Amino acid sequence: MNYFDKDLASLHADLVAKKMSAKELTEETFANIKATDPQIDAFLNLNEDAALTQATKIDEQGINADQPLAGIPVGLKDNIVTNGLTTTAASKMLENFKPVYDATVTEKLANAQMITVGKTNMDEFAMGGSTENSAFKTTKNAWDHTKVPGGSSGGSAAAVASGQVPVALGSDTGGSIRQPAAFNGVVGIKPTYGRVSRWGLIAFGSSLDQIGPMTRGVKDNATVLSAIAGHDEHDLTSSTQAVPDFAADLNDATSVKGMRIGLPKEFLAEGVNDDVKQAILAAADTYRQLGATVDEVSLPHNKYGVAAYYIIASSEASSNLQRFDGIRYGYRADDVQNLEDVYVKSRSEGFGEEVKRRIMLGTFSLSAGFYDAYFLKAAKVRTVIINDFKAVLKDHDFIMGPVAPTTAFGIGDEIKDPITMYMNDVLTIPVNLAGLPGLSLPAGFSNSLPVGMQLIGRPFDESTLYKAGYAFEQNTDFHLQVPTLGGQN
Amino acid sequence: MNFETTIGLEVHIELKTHSKIFSPSPVAYGAEPNANTNVIDWGYPGVLPTTNKGVVADGIIAALALHATVEQHTHFDRKNYFYPDNPKAYQITQSDKPIGHDGWVEVDVDGVKKKIGISEMHIEEDAGKNTHERDYSYVDLNRQGTPLIEIVSKPDIASPAEAYAYLEALRQRIQFTGISDVKMEEGSMRVDVNISVRPVGQEKFGTKTELKNLNSFNYVQRGLEYEEQRQQQVLMSGGSVQQETRRFDEKTGETILMRVKAGADDYRYFPEPDLPALNISDDWIKELGDAMPEMPTKRRERYVNDLGLTDYDAMVITQTKEMSDFFDAAVALKADPKMAANYLQGDVNAYLNEKQVDLQATKLTPANLAGMINLISDGTISSKMAKKVFKAITDGEEPKAYVEAHGLVQLSDPAKLQPIIDDVLSANPQSIEDFNNGKKRAVGFLVGQIMKQTHGQANPQVVNKLLMAALQQ
Repeated sequence: MNYFDKDLASLHADLVAKKMSAKELTEETFANIKATDPQIDAFLNLNEDAALTQATKIDEQGINADQPLAGIPVGLKDNIVTNGLTTTAASKMLENFKPVYDATVTEKLANAQMITVGKTNMDEFAMGGSTENSAFKTTKNAWDHTKVPGGSSGGSAAAVASGQVPVALGSDTGGSIRQPAAFNGVVGIKPTYGRVSRWGLIAFGSSLDQIGPMTRGVKDNATVLSAIAGHDEHDLTSSTQAVPDFAADLNDATSVKGMRIGLPKEFLAEGVNDDVKQAILAAADTYRQLGATVDEVSLPHNKYGVAAYYIIASSEASSNLQRFDGIRYGYRADDVQNLEDVYVKSRSEGFGEEVKRRIMLGTFSLSAGFYDAYFLKAAKVRTVIINDFKAVLKDHDFIMGPVAPTTAFGIGDEIKDPITMYMNDVLTIPVNLAGLPGLSLPAGFSNSLPVGMQLIGRPFDESTLYKAGYAFEQNTDFHLQVPTLGGQN
Repeated sequence: MNFETTIGLEVHIELKTHSKIFSPSPVAYGAEPNANTNVIDWGYPGVLPTTNKGVVADGIIAALALHATVEQHTHFDRKNYFYPDNPKAYQITQSDKPIGHDGWVEVDVDGVKKKIGISEMHIEEDAGKNTHERDYSYVDLNRQGTPLIEIVSKPDIASPAEAYAYLEALRQRIQFTGISDVKMEEGSMRVDVNISVRPVGQEKFGTKTELKNLNSFNYVQRGLEYEEQRQQQVLMSGGSVQQETRRFDEKTGETILMRVKAGADDYRYFPEPDLPALNISDDWIKELGDAMPEMPTKRRERYVNDLGLTDYDAMVITQTKEMSDFFDAAVALKADPKMAANYLQGDVNAYLNEKQVDLQATKLTPANLAGMINLISDGTISSKMAKKVFKAITDGEEPKAYVEAHGLVQLSDPAKLQPIIDDVLSANPQSIEDFNNGKKRAVGFLVGQIMKQTHGQANPQVVNKLLMAALQQ
């Protein structure tokens, strides 16, 4: 079976009513993944035996009405560590790496009795916007297999969009959940920085990384975020803010009435394709019809976001990725004569091009004599961008705009041109720099490819984004479209 | 040509916390390699550090003990470098906002007092340990993450003797706070040294060299003395000092070139994004300051001015907080201060050296030492008997009970001694005659006889007095 027409609530109802068992659901999920993944290549690694064992155990215990996620399959992006289950971050560096502990989100999903069916493909160490930087395979866009699924959480997005799993987790450092969600016509949230524990997320840019769920609908997304969010004593950057039951409030499709929405003019400026613009302007009209006001606002320093981001994220990455040194775990080059050989050869051979490019960029930005002009300057730009958002969000409930300037591009089209690739993140990156929540949801189609809309909220106010997303979803039918796998739509 | 010397010291102090600075692994010694480690210490993918609050408290205590200003808005930084004992390939330390800055300690070299400035102190994690055998190298990460405080001196130290005095003052003050054992021989205090000389009057500092392998204060001083002379000779012969690292050879007392430094290392410091900034409240600083024990300088003043000890005695008693606390407790129990000081420096230290233990690891108590001293003071036992009693109190015995149980009570009552003296005199008429003929040695013989009769318990002073009175009648 696929998950095109099942949301979490109906799956849960079926499980509670014993219309199917968790084991049956799991078996059917694997059967479908095996049938469809040769075309999609969303998964790097399946967890079939352990998943079936867990499903059987859940069936034996019985599923209660207060366990909304019990027995339901989930895919995890392969930079989220899973005890005993190979975790590669799509890098040759970690090709056979079996972690000995679980990420906090892994543990929380297990406590919620979700069933991890496998690990999804991604850009190596989450660096990229097309999943083409995976060391192992190229994932295809669920809607057009000649197009990229976006990235870096391209495997998770494609898996949900193609009906392989109802939920997958991604991670988002500069748009890596929202952009692939947009490219695949699914819902993805980058929660407020600190909302979800990063313990067990293989670090890319530590001050930017957040894990978030990717689902077919807004309500499902809200349900899963409540399950994975919360303070964690293992992560001192995780917040002690209370975690609401985000889904509980999602019943009213008119709840945006009276809300003030900001639409930054920079989000519809040059570089954003017309088809994307038109979808967002139409979405603004939908919100107006629902009783909200949509104002043109300005985020004047947005344009500096990409430059600041590539310095900050790469600087942090250059340090975070130093631990992959061939000494304790992971890839180690053969034919080494001395310690320096171990480092130089293992890292040269184990890392891919994009990862090495960013390590070099980050190392340069932090070097003596360049630190002030690059890292420190970027940190100052970050503060200016935070203040831009604060000013707008002071008197607006949230900000709306596109997720990416274009719909999904062709496989191979941009991979040779890093700057063009980096500019894809121009609308998502500032949200990470400011640590704000950003929700990506389907807002239209252009040439049979999904267009995504991004809603950006105040810190820890995911609730408003979900309400606004739910209202939009209930008044449109974009989320109900399904791709035809194997061929072009 | 006259020269002046500038010495810089970087002192690492290992803290006595139960767990590591950024992971819950225990801080303990002698365990199997890598037994005291977890995924954080291994630098595993996905792990994050968490700050041990006790280490921050210790940092504040060290700052207060060294008269430094506590930086209330501080954070950690990453220092990046590759080495197998450094599993993350960065050390979490403090760079631009160390927890303490601008402190000082006072030293006394040959009666001259001087304040030596401390530019900063920061908290950081220690690395693991590499060991090498013929075909393999091994990494033990037990030490990885052990909390350290690094204390950096200002360029105020002008001689090797001042360097020694500075280290001793630092060691004592930190030892008194209880945050570290500060023992160089056990590695809980480590010293990196740099030294330069310049002709008197030259404004610019000379080129400095770094010294390694200085494993005691004594070696620090000797290494610096050698290096000071060497640099002066290089300059006097028209040469120039190279920026280099030199190793001190314990056997010859010389320093030997290890490597010439090409340029500065680039550690690419930047703020640690995994740990929130630290905001240290006034209340916390006050709470820690109020709980600080009296520092050794204050105690020495008190011992000399109030208790009449010599400077030397006061210095020896304040070597460790345990010794000083022991002394204070004994004096509080009315032990004569001078006698207490003498016993601590003499018999007690000899005992500790013989057993190779610390005072707190023995069965000696201030109450028992004071009890013994009071028995001497009131004449109950003689100093000679006290030797036996001292041995007993090292076994934890209560002195008064021991003295009574072993009949060690001194016979001082004249009414009881007089008949014995009379008996001895009547049994030895020859001795009386000798005495009367001016042979003073006869007294010694008679005292010996009396002591024999009393099984050594007679109070010698009282016996002497009574005997002389009887002889001179």
